[in-house]
Amino acid sequence: MIRSTQSLDPSVPPVADVPPPTSESRVPSRAEAAWTENAPSRSWFPRIDLPELWASRELVVILALRNVKVRYKQTLLGVAWSVLQPLAGVAIFTVVLGRLAKVPSEGIPYPVFVFAGLALWMYFSNAANAGAESLVQYRDLVTKVYFPRLLAPLAAILPGLIDLGISLLAVGVFMVVFGVAPSIAIVFLPLWILLTVLVTFGVALWLSALNARYRDVRNALAFLLQIWLFATPVVFPSTLVHGGWRFLLALNPVAGLVEVFRWSLIGTPAPGAWVLVSFTIGFFVLLSGLVYFARVQRRFADFI
Amino acid sequence: MRSIEAHDLTKRYRIGDHWRPTLREGLSLAAFRGRPRESVYEFWALRGVSFTADEGESLGIIGRNGAGKTTLLKIIARITEPTAGFARMRGKVGALLEVGTGFHPELSGRDNIYLNGGILGMKRSEIRKRFDQIVEFAGVEKFIDTPVKRFSSGMSLRLAFAVAAHVEPDIVVVDEVLAVGDADFQRRCLGKMSDFAKDGRTVLFVSHDLGAISQMCKRAIWLENGKIQCDDSPTRSIEMYLAARARQVPQVQFPLDESKEVQLLSVGLTDEAGEPVDAPTRDKAFAVRVQFLARDRVGTLDVGVYLVTARGIRVLNEKWSDQGKDVASPQGAGIWDISVLVPPVLAAADYTVGISISSPYQTFVDEEILSFRVWPRADDRRELIERNRVVQPTVEWRLESRSPVDGASA
Repeated sequence: MIRSTQSLDPSVPPVADVPPPTSESRVPSRAEAAWTENAPSRSWFPRIDLPELWASRELVVILALRNVKVRYKQTLLGVAWSVLQPLAGVAIFTVVLGRLAKVPSEGIPYPVFVFAGLALWMYFSNAANAGAESLVQYRDLVTKVYFPRLLAPLAAILPGLIDLGISLLAVGVFMVVFGVAPSIAIVFLPLWILLTVLVTFGVALWLSALNARYRDVRNALAFLLQIWLFATPVVFPSTLVHGGWRFLLALNPVAGLVEVFRWSLIGTPAPGAWVLVSFTIGFFVLLSGLVYFARVQRRFADFI
Repeated sequence: MRSIEAHDLTKRYRIGDHWRPTLREGLSLAAFRGRPRESVYEFWALRGVSFTADEGESLGIIGRNGAGKTTLLKIIARITEPTAGFARMRGKVGALLEVGTGFHPELSGRDNIYLNGGILGMKRSEIRKRFDQIVEFAGVEKFIDTPVKRFSSGMSLRLAFAVAAHVEPDIVVVDEVLAVGDADFQRRCLGKMSDFAKDGRTVLFVSHDLGAISQMCKRAIWLENGKIQCDDSPTRSIEMYLAARARQVPQVQFPLDESKEVQLLSVGLTDEAGEPVDAPTRDKAFAVRVQFLARDRVGTLDVGVYLVTARGIRVLNEKWSDQGKDVASPQGAGIWDISVLVPPVLAAADYTVGISISSPYQTFVDEEILSFRVWPRADDRRELIERNRVVQPTVEWRLESRSPVDGASA
């Protein structure tokens, strides 16, 4: 090897028996370069490489931005779509359920009531869809490049937060128009959104890993989300649900989130203790999603 | 310093991994887990591969398709895990398994540089610092804000390689990227990879271009059926690979394969008159004769014949289309019988014949088929035979003049 850098650093006298660094710019990384190992994963509960995830935080941003940028390319209405989609839902449910079926809404004008729930639900359902497709969408990457696989579902559920933000502004406009005041609990709103992102992440982990292996997920999901919407107190109040049905409601991790979200945003009655059960279920979804994903992630390239 | 250690790497694929079971089958498989499943077909891509590589070393990997080369690279690049054994890598591993993975057609060249760079492990600040270099290397300055879908394929290829080449990993893993792009671009890629090695990085290089391997690498591993057959100098490994690869027979015939749109039927050598020969002498022209079958729906075909020396140098690399536009190319279904006459220029040595058949969209055949020896003339002296050369045409020596010595100084 040709070494010509002895004179580059005047503070270090050239010593014959100490090999000088190969080139100036690469010295630090060489000295720190650590061994990484690729061996079969054996443990049932695999370790998640947190330092590595932290080191690739920029990539999450890049991938999320890519999803945002791509979404509105060659669309006429662009960002307006993120308001139009929930508004269409609000209009339909207001006419069918609010006016025709006269579904109660905790004394709050039905459009405001349903919009507050739909805003959060649409974030969840869009992000779950995007999350499910995230690995399959990056199929080329997964089979050709190493990157922490966890980033794919993570980057997929983040862009929806922009839509959620826009929806929240629109809900604010509705609240002004219909004269609905938020409760003091609105200070908790960021916390509920954070919890929603975590639960959504858990669902996205499960769906993306399963979808990589079984494309049945894609077909089942549209159907599943439709049922899930009506198993969640979005278009009706949770107080409409009684007895054993209330228990089923508590098993739904999204139900509790919608309940507390609406409580904070538009001042519906304070949620019952059942939401704690719902939160706990959400936590297990996240935890089990992480474990399942970590167990199969190193073989994605083999079967995706 | 040691940079890669591979110990007893073994990789098993189940055929089910390829065709992907449905959820129902997955559930029933899970229910019967632990029991031996005889119906599952297994394929061992690697069987106990061990080797080490040092910093600054360029290591070539050769072997036929399906020998396990790409699987080995995927394990080194941590894209997949081994079934048994382990690999240890020191520093950042950069894989160039396919140029341009992660490019998004709707995004501009600029956005794609950030996207691709990020995927390959660069920080935004690093990309920003090298942005101009990347754009310059790719030569796409004018189009940098145009969506990549409007790029020519050559342009996006250059951009993709430029990004990958500026990632600066400690270990570079390259798989056949040079199979695409024009000659000038390939030369630049090779140059860039040599620079990597000179900088003290480790380069792992898979290629069918044996010439590039022997030119770039000081060492080459020949993989066959997932095992290392030879780990030696490129000359030695290539020699052994070619010897095993191509049978020393004057003609090779192939069984019919209904699944192939285009397939070789036979490849052989003939003399000028069309009579089969098995060992031409260096002063006689000989022909390479190729018979192939084309089934429906294949368009215009181009047939290539190349000759490779034992050191991996392509002495000839000729294509039917080289004759120019006036000569019609083979087109449509039929059994085609084509020969190319090689003038008496080759030095006496061993050669391997490679055949390629491709349409503008697809390569159907590209492989080394048979080996043969060009014999010296009966009156060639031994020293003349052993002299280092690639071609040996009949050259003409002339004495142009001779002047007296004292006349020159006057």
